[in-house]
Amino acid sequence: MKKILALILLLSLAFFAYQYINQDLIAPYGQAKIDQSVSSSYVTQSVKENPGFIEYGKSENLELGAANAVTNIVLGYRALDTLGEVTVLFISAIGVSIIINTNAGLFKRSRSGFILRVGAKMTLPIILVVAVFVITHGHLTPGGGFQGGAMIAAGMLLMALSDPDFLPSIKNFKILEGISGTAIVLVGLIGFATTGYFLSNFMNTGQIGHIFSAGTLPILYVFIGLKVGSELTNIITDIVGKEATLD
Amino acid sequence: MTYLDIGISILLMFVGILIITSKDIIRSIIYFSALSMLAALAYVLMQAPDVALTEIVIGSGLITFLFLFTYKKMKKVGENK
Repeated sequence: MKKILALILLLSLAFFAYQYINQDLIAPYGQAKIDQSVSSSYVTQSVKENPGFIEYGKSENLELGAANAVTNIVLGYRALDTLGEVTVLFISAIGVSIIINTNAGLFKRSRSGFILRVGAKMTLPIILVVAVFVITHGHLTPGGGFQGGAMIAAGMLLMALSDPDFLPSIKNFKILEGISGTAIVLVGLIGFATTGYFLSNFMNTGQIGHIFSAGTLPILYVFIGLKVGSELTNIITDIVGKEATLD
Repeated sequence: MTYLDIGISILLMFVGILIITSKDIIRSIIYFSALSMLAALAYVLMQAPDVALTEIVIGSGLITFLFLFTYKKMKKVGENK
């Protein structure tokens, strides 16, 4: 019965998707006229004025200057949305810590095996280095603060699974979360004081493709990465438990 | 659309049906992790690497952790009768 229901649901979804594709609403891959749409000015960084042809590694003093167009939109033109997402994550972390308000956590923890313990200690530095790379190169390569922060939390989760006493021994994540969250708003307020717009890019954007470029976008991404990583780690600490009770 | 895209789409549908119809919940969770990895592959093929990174880390890592721990909690309540 369940399989028949799943098949019916899937077939109806496929039917509607097929109908939608057949209506010529979506252009075929590679044939969409992006340069005529409104969002093309976000990609070519020509909202205020047209900079002409952008060349990687040579163009200077663009509007935002990040080589990754997604970062341009997420942290430059739509930075307030990102601040809202961080706030939503913060509220959900508060909710988890209010509901699970015991020191013992939800589960009885047990000592893990030898391979998991040694393997987690070997792979944690690699995970953290990749996370720092993803965060600090968020304006050049795919990725950014959210992805890197989630990677930090995944590494901490691995350590929590291998050694139950590891996460409760670190107490500075809550302080880090508060400091980085305040720093995001402070960068926005400095932009408001200098240019008149909240979270605007008030620094020199430099050469596109260089690591020290794009003005405030890398600074914001570093703070967002620290905040997301410490927040998710706090959620994991709440679920796993704070006291070192083994059975 | 290449044949690789079509193959991954069919695999996605197959794993999706497996998630709904499997009797064991822990198998559903592992299938969900596999679905996230396949979806990330599809995102990379559609040239959206930012979304693919998020899908790998969140969908395949943290969501699986959350579901597994919740499943462990549910089992312990049921055993106390």
